Amino acid sequence: MSPVESFVDLDDCRIKILRAGQGAPLVFLRGTDASDDWRPCLDELARRFDVIVPEHPGFGGQPKPKWLDRIADYANFYLDLFDHLGLTGVHLVGQGMGGWIAAELATRDTRRIASLTLVDAQGLWLDGVPTLDTFLCTEEKAITDQFHDAKLGEAEIARRLVPESEDIRLNNQVVIAQTTWQPRGYDPHLRKWLHRIDVPTLIVWGAEDRLLPQAYAREWGRLIPGSKVEIIAACGHMPPIEKTTEFVNLVSAFAAERAVA
Amino acid sequence: MKIFNFHLMPYAHADLEAIKRLGTSWMTYPNSYYDPKKGADLYHEYLDQLEFADELGFDGVAVNEHHQTAYGMMPTPGVLAGALARRIKNGKLAILGRALPLVNNPLTIAEEFAILDNLTRGRFIAGFVRGIGVEYHTMGMNPAESQERFLEAHDLIIQAWTRPGPFAFEGKYYKFKYVNPWPRPYQDPHPPIFTPSSGSLSTIRWAAQHRYTYCQTLAPIASVAQTFKLYREEADKFGYQATPDQFAWSNAIYVAESDEKALRDVRPHLEAYANEFLTRDPVMMAPPGYTSVESIKRMRALKSFMAGRSTAEDMIARGIVIVGSPNTVREKLAQYQDMAGFGISLTKTQFGTMPHQMVQENQIAIAKEVLPYFKDRLPQPTKAAAE
Repeated sequence: MSPVESFVDLDDCRIKILRAGQGAPLVFLRGTDASDDWRPCLDELARRFDVIVPEHPGFGGQPKPKWLDRIADYANFYLDLFDHLGLTGVHLVGQGMGGWIAAELATRDTRRIASLTLVDAQGLWLDGVPTLDTFLCTEEKAITDQFHDAKLGEAEIARRLVPESEDIRLNNQVVIAQTTWQPRGYDPHLRKWLHRIDVPTLIVWGAEDRLLPQAYAREWGRLIPGSKVEIIAACGHMPPIEKTTEFVNLVSAFAAERAVA
Repeated sequence: MKIFNFHLMPYAHADLEAIKRLGTSWMTYPNSYYDPKKGADLYHEYLDQLEFADELGFDGVAVNEHHQTAYGMMPTPGVLAGALARRIKNGKLAILGRALPLVNNPLTIAEEFAILDNLTRGRFIAGFVRGIGVEYHTMGMNPAESQERFLEAHDLIIQAWTRPGPFAFEGKYYKFKYVNPWPRPYQDPHPPIFTPSSGSLSTIRWAAQHRYTYCQTLAPIASVAQTFKLYREEADKFGYQATPDQFAWSNAIYVAESDEKALRDVRPHLEAYANEFLTRDPVMMAPPGYTSVESIKRMRALKSFMAGRSTAEDMIARGIVIVGSPNTVREKLAQYQDMAGFGISLTKTQFGTMPHQMVQENQIAIAKEVLPYFKDRLPQPTKAAAE
């Protein structure tokens, strides 16, 4: 299934949106891997949902918006985007940095949200749990570390680290640093307000995530009232890529139970 | 030419084998390798050396700032400059420089520098830098904000020195209801400002715009000349002609009776400096946003160049350092001055593992054999430059 590409001008920036499928809207917020390609997991989800994948402002070669200083700015932007697109009953799914954005968003306003799924999400800090510093390794290593299966990592390196995308990748890195460098990959204020999240929430985590070990999944689960934690075995930081079927089944089942009529 | 004695204050007892194994003497080289007793002795030796330089007639002494590294033990250079301020009786005292974006409150730098300017009765030189890439890891500052923070901190400090206080400052990063620092600088309107850099075009342009003295950090003389040329071109665009006192070349000089002896003496210390103390992981050095995407691509391309070990011969041949007999050193320094057109030499007399006595002998030799010959020397037009 090939997605429809469109552009939205909003809040003094232009973003690309990929969209495919029919059903309840499912907004997928990517992590720091943000590239504009359409992955098999999105195809699978598009069989059941109206899948909407926005490219984060400042990514993909677009200039960094003037208002962008921290992840919370992204959260407010996406609230604007949901208003702009008139979306309701959104199943909001975020992976890595996208999970952090989604959690920030849900602490602010859940009126347009039907369910929330956080996948190996950044945004919290746990004392004494070793995490990897993705700013302190080569691009190759950063990708290798995302996967439990080394072969998948190699395939991703070959697919992503192509010369044509070098400028975009380096520019994305600047935006990632702008928003996640200090504190490194979390916001100390976020955990204070996670109790406000009043929509059904699913935490999906790779059991072998080396960037954010699964202790983080338990912490999200503890902090978000009534949330459910699902750990996927033999999987790293990227369940949508590494364990596509299990990931899609978990998300679909969870969303189906909580569909807004 | 003004010749300053510049010190990095390396931890000379660093375990070079451990640095080789770890691939860095920065940030992740554990501080358990630091022995405070040895470190304390080094601090005193190094301060003695700079005081000695003043007695010997160097035009000034200079220290700088780096963090979490055996390369230099001056994370707060103001402390070292403070220790020197009452002993440096004749020459200038320079901090080259303090990394403005690494502090949350740049007013503390305005205050610190103003005190030093008062203590020296106007012989202080203020260096402003951004800090090198790895410092955004060690100081927990955002590299993507480095450029903007530098410019804003600079504006705040200059205003703090020149605008009658109290006034309010409302920047993007720094916000103060009251700016009214005591003391004010001794020099009017403020101490001279030097901007050390490894040669980024934006820094060159900015320094030229403000007519600040540009200091080129350790680099082959041909590229130093190229960088200074860029500054002159930028100065032309701003409608003035840059003068030699706007250019400082950071180098290392070692003088002995003969070229052979000088090379033999200096080799282990110079090679430890270039290969171990300077060693750092390229990823550490290029955090996103610290430099332009173009610069990062250029650094990536240079990776193979950085991989090889430097030899003393190589560093001498490329004009990164000057080593040799008095004659050789004088000839080369004159030749390099003419080539690059600088009016200030920031000269390290100690580097790497070089021990105290050897440094002092080197300082004496430079004072006797080099300083008098360059006292009022200006760059001479060269044949190449005339063409």
